[in-house]
Amino acid sequence: MQKLTILTSPCVPLNVESVDTDQIIPARFLKTTNREGFGKNLFRDWRYDSEDQPKSDFVLNSAKYSGQILVAGKNFGCGSSREHAAWAIADYGFRAVISPLFADIFKGNALNNGVLPIQVSENFVQTLFAEIEKNPKTEVTIDLPAQKITINSINLSEYFDINDYKKTCFINGYDDIDYLLSIKEKIEHYEVQKS
Amino acid sequence: MKTLFDKIWEKHVVESITNGPDVLYIDRQLIHEVTSPQAFAGLRKRGISVFRPQQVTATPDHNTPTLNQHLPIKEEASRKAVEALRENCAANNIMLFDLNTEYNGVVHIVGPELGLTQPGMTIVCGDSHTATHGAFGSIAFGIGTSEVEMALATQCLLQSKPKQMRITIDGNLGKGVTAKDVILYIIAQLTANGGTGYFVEYAGSAFRSMTMEERMTMCNMSIEMGARGGLIAPDETTFAYVKNRKFAPQGEEWSKKLLEWKLLFTDSNASFDKEYSFKAEDVKPFITYGTNPGMGIAIDGNIPVNEPNVKALEYMNFAAGEKLLGKPVDYVFIGSCTNGRIEDFRAAASIIKGRKKAENIFAYIVPGSKSVEKQAREEGLIEIFESAGFVFRQPGCSACLAMNEDKVPAGKYCVSTSNRNFEGRQGVGARTLLASPLTAAAAAVTGKITDPRELI
Repeated sequence: MQKLTILTSPCVPLNVESVDTDQIIPARFLKTTNREGFGKNLFRDWRYDSEDQPKSDFVLNSAKYSGQILVAGKNFGCGSSREHAAWAIADYGFRAVISPLFADIFKGNALNNGVLPIQVSENFVQTLFAEIEKNPKTEVTIDLPAQKITINSINLSEYFDINDYKKTCFINGYDDIDYLLSIKEKIEHYEVQKS
Repeated sequence: MKTLFDKIWEKHVVESITNGPDVLYIDRQLIHEVTSPQAFAGLRKRGISVFRPQQVTATPDHNTPTLNQHLPIKEEASRKAVEALRENCAANNIMLFDLNTEYNGVVHIVGPELGLTQPGMTIVCGDSHTATHGAFGSIAFGIGTSEVEMALATQCLLQSKPKQMRITIDGNLGKGVTAKDVILYIIAQLTANGGTGYFVEYAGSAFRSMTMEERMTMCNMSIEMGARGGLIAPDETTFAYVKNRKFAPQGEEWSKKLLEWKLLFTDSNASFDKEYSFKAEDVKPFITYGTNPGMGIAIDGNIPVNEPNVKALEYMNFAAGEKLLGKPVDYVFIGSCTNGRIEDFRAAASIIKGRKKAENIFAYIVPGSKSVEKQAREEGLIEIFESAGFVFRQPGCSACLAMNEDKVPAGKYCVSTSNRNFEGRQGVGARTLLASPLTAAAAAVTGKITDPRELI
């Protein structure tokens, strides 16, 4: 997993609630058996029309917005467990998603793919949307060691939750599977005791 | 004092990481062709094999066609995905219920009907509707592909214990009101994110009197209110369902397990982080009008006048405040891991029997498994559907997520017994109305949104 400690970037604003993983990556693109290349179909049906032409009113098609941070309304990533959603977001180039609430499975998938899900208050997100509206180049700084996120132009900060274990994984680029493989003897011992 | 969830969880903790997640042991993993290939590729890259292949079972379901399953799959990408599952299972000694064989079907239908799903287990699958298996009093939840890889490699996952919610419903359901209506009602009350961060226990007399099929429909849709899973304490109904199934414990082992399973209930003074209570009598046949499963109303009700989700109403081409009853629809889908079990087809047949398919309707009637298909044939249900002008198809996920050819065209309305009405879920631009098999069957014979109670 790619390391992440401190990230400063402008944001792409997607002011929609309950963005489900079928929108993030529609089912018809899940047939491939590898992990790469999903970014080009990220938000496919919101991003392109039926003739595969970019829809000018969608944020990813706007020259105004860029950056490694996606900001979205609450309940981001609900629905299907498809990790392809997290792969598409990472492949497109996002390193973090900010939302007032994340769906549980998506949150786990994002954390396993080097995409930081940052849950902050509704107020903070609404302020951020308003600042981006005023200035599309508005930058946010994510300080993972301090668990702090700041809208730099107005110096507004909020703290966010992440458990110590996952934080260590992000800062060092560790995967869960490395940890599990390292305790295999313990798992075998558990199996013997349980039976 | 412990909840049912606490009891199962604690028994499966291999170790707890300080200020981090628990290492949770997984008894059973189910896999399908969409969310597993990258996990097997990960194992190959690391040079490791599947740790406990006998605790893993596989079935192709998402990509599979529902016609001519004896022929090779026409669409190349779908065929390759299914072939990759075959190769991965063969290389790792994983039991596969292949296409067009006796036990193939939708993963969440096959597990319970073969007795792979048992009370007290931890069960995972790279599929959010894994919650279905909670109907047996197990902790069952959907996972991503990285976690599929972890479970294949170590039979464990790193999981933080979720908060717990109990939803109690007492009383008796009215005529024409099914488990599907109950869960759509609950999601409408709690909203599509009301359960986020929680695991739900369903309790009360309404659930006690439900069959296992009904309980599975309930637990299946727990994810649609954001809950990772839902579970119901096992009882005599559960034990009777599991007994003598192909992979259920037999003989002495059965007696031993039964004693364990009888201890699986929430202690009377255990506490939950959140509790809700509803009355069974308040639930009517339910239908959705929007683009998330929380946007539902009683079938004879009106879309809320102050519905804030304008984008959803535009997508559905509905107006705030209007009624759905009597609106013409184009498609009907009866099937999926939510409502693709034998009872669902019996319910649909009870309305369809003696009637004809409406001319404007195209219907997908898709069994959840080969076993369901066989039973429907034996019970004469297929004949009822066919003489009414429907085609009864072969098993698979089908039009629930339209990964195969079974799609709903842009702009068309589909009354569907599946679990998601997201934009484009049943095909680009398709408009989905979630409902019970009774309501779907009623729409199939009248060609419009109809209160099923009028046809019972």
